[in-house]
Amino acid sequence: MTAVPLPYRVVGNRAETTDTRTVELLPVGDGALPAFRPGQFAMLYAFGVGEIPVSVAGLRDGVLTHTIRGVGAVSRALCAVRPGAHVGVRGPFGTGWDLATAAGRDLLVVAGGIGLAPLRPLVQAVVSMPHRHGRLNVLIGARTPEDLLYRDELEGWARPYCGVTVDRAGTDWRGQVGVVTTLLDQATFTPHDTTAFVCGPEVMIRATARELLHRGVPARHIRVSLERNMHCATGHCGHCQLGPLLLCRDGPVVGYDRAQPLLAVREL
Amino acid sequence: MTAVAVPPDADSPACVLDGEGVGALVRELRARGRTVIGPTVRDGAVVLAELESADELPYGWGVELEAGHYRIRRRSDTAAFAHSAGPQSWKNFLHPERVRQWSADRGPDGGVTVRAERPEPTSFAFLGVRPCDLRAIQIQDRVMTGGRHRDDAYEERRSGAFLVLVECTEPGATCFCVSMGTGPAAQPGYDLALTEVLDSAGHRFLARAGTARGAEVLRSLPRRPADDVTRTRAREDVEAAAGRMGRTMPPVDLRALMADSLTAERWDDVAARCLTCGNCTMACPTCFCTTTEDVTDLTGDHAERWRRWESCYDLDFTHLPGGSVRTSPRSRYRQWLTHKLGTWWDQFDSSGCVGCGRCLVWCPVAIDITEEAHALHQEALDRRAGGKDEAP
Ligand SMILES: Cc1cc2nc3c(=O)[nH]c(=O)nc-3n(C[C@H](O)[C@H](O)[C@H](O)COP(=O)(O)OP(=O)(O)OC[C@H]3O[C@@H](n4cnc5c(N)ncnc54)[C@H](O)[C@@H]3O)c2cc1C
Ligand code: SF4
Ligand code: SF4
Ligand code: FES
Repeated sequence: MTAVPLPYRVVGNRAETTDTRTVELLPVGDGALPAFRPGQFAMLYAFGVGEIPVSVAGLRDGVLTHTIRGVGAVSRALCAVRPGAHVGVRGPFGTGWDLATAAGRDLLVVAGGIGLAPLRPLVQAVVSMPHRHGRLNVLIGARTPEDLLYRDELEGWARPYCGVTVDRAGTDWRGQVGVVTTLLDQATFTPHDTTAFVCGPEVMIRATARELLHRGVPARHIRVSLERNMHCATGHCGHCQLGPLLLCRDGPVVGYDRAQPLLAVREL
Repeated sequence: MTAVAVPPDADSPACVLDGEGVGALVRELRARGRTVIGPTVRDGAVVLAELESADELPYGWGVELEAGHYRIRRRSDTAAFAHSAGPQSWKNFLHPERVRQWSADRGPDGGVTVRAERPEPTSFAFLGVRPCDLRAIQIQDRVMTGGRHRDDAYEERRSGAFLVLVECTEPGATCFCVSMGTGPAAQPGYDLALTEVLDSAGHRFLARAGTARGAEVLRSLPRRPADDVTRTRAREDVEAAAGRMGRTMPPVDLRALMADSLTAERWDDVAARCLTCGNCTMACPTCFCTTTEDVTDLTGDHAERWRRWESCYDLDFTHLPGGSVRTSPRSRYRQWLTHKLGTWWDQFDSSGCVGCGRCLVWCPVAIDITEEAHALHQEALDRRAGGKDEAP
């Protein structure tokens, strides 16, 4: 039954940044939802407030983990949940990153802002299976150093490279400033033999994909996660359309060969 | 999901019901516990409503239709089904405007229990389903129950519904089912199909069953074997109707036309007229889009999820925290038309338009889907001709 939320108990809620928190959930009763794959999303219901799509940001030990940025009524209510409280969960929904089909290839993970959340379980999976893939490069863009997610984990992701750039920073920032694509020069990958996973604001996705195409990564090996308004996640409400795609069903992860012509049309 | 189909004419040869036979049909369906919904005249329109008897059918009423115009008018005969689509469609019953999906309670310990809404057992009989509207029902079936996730409440209402189709003998000026391949003759999917015949030999219906349960109902009605005159007359009337369509679509692959037209200039022209009121989407028998409402009672410990129809013309439809995706009327009209005629194929493997004409009739500014499609086709031809001229 994918239309009715299943109660999950909040077992953890920690701050990532001033407006973003990571919430951990375990099923209340005996029944749990089917396992989520990296790139898939859940519909999270804050009691009496509403329901929103949120990607899975971690899957370890059967704990359903989400990183949520408070931007409106529902996301703020979800950031505010206390351990022990109940949250309604539906899912899993959507296409995943489909890591299996990238076996043996170099991997390029490019994230902008909260877009790092859906990429985290993908990176964790790659790191836990070191010989399954080629080189792992993780490129992270954030607004400011204070907006950086998962700070403690980044070091372990450099196989061989994990870089961070910010839009703006105070004088104490020793890292890079600028758009995320500027990090590409430090990454090591063989373009035609690389699979890229990109999530972030749409302008960032387009700019990143353009640069990757330019460097010779084939469009079908650039996987992007797209965002549209979603109400049902079951293909029934019509809200998540992007031309021929129902993004709750055919997405959110889409090959750039399909996404590019659609994103090129204004207001599609 | 639908009842078992039997070959027509197998255990239920076509037969003839006299005028009173429809009365017996309504009585029989009601006696079987069904809520009979059919056309009836109310407030100056032929609406769909529960019928207690066949006397409530719109005998002797026709409709006068044009883009932006609807009026009922007296006919010179007493035909019951000589009117085309009214303001509602069967989706008002199968996919109602507002439904509760579940409710939830929060206990003193903060624990939440969620109860799925048990779909009320319904047992509809729809009397007077037009061939185009039967296709519209089948299109909504694909959307609501044909994919990975099924809408159980829809399924419940749909599988319980007994469909009495009536072939079209009186198309409206806004009809184009022939272009869309959906009418005016019956296509499979009905329980019973009727063709209304009115001539010097009297008012009668050629009837045949499409399912075992249809055949069973038919056997319980006063009827006589179909005679050649009635058969011929019925066939000729439906054929004549096919030749009297008020509208056409351009005779091209509409899906390809839409895919090619995303940057057409015509969208600016229609956007200058469209009020983005969404009437077309409410009237359309296939439009399925909905939004959700989460409500709580005064205690704050009882919450409900409601789903209600929403229109892709609403500015909020594409709301994202950073602003809506489709803000211009141009992009919203384009979304509607390209979805109906084009991308619906990609999503659900069928057209989203059946040619019923409701969207033109109920548009306050008379925007005509067929006229827009013809204009886009013309623009595509001009574009191609222009392209050729530029070539060496
Ligand atoms: C597939 C997918 C995965 C996502 N993953 C994450 C994630 O991991 N972390 C995170 O912080 N954010 C994620 N988002 C974005 C998040 O869903 C929105 O920030 C959130 O819906 C905003 O709702 P709100 O009520 O807080 O804000 P408001 O802007 O006030 O939204 C009002 C209402 O509009 C609807 N709505 C608004 N934005 C969206 C949206 N993007 N998608 C669907 N419905 C919307 C909801 O019904 C919402 O209640 C994801 C979005 C999608 C589509
Ligand atoms: S788009 Fe218009 S003509 Fe086509 S099915 Fe909908 S209401 Fe009828
Ligand atoms: S086409 Fe007509 S009915 Fe549809 S939204 Fe525009 S003005 Fe309203
Ligand atoms: S979110 Fe409702 S159709 Fe995709």
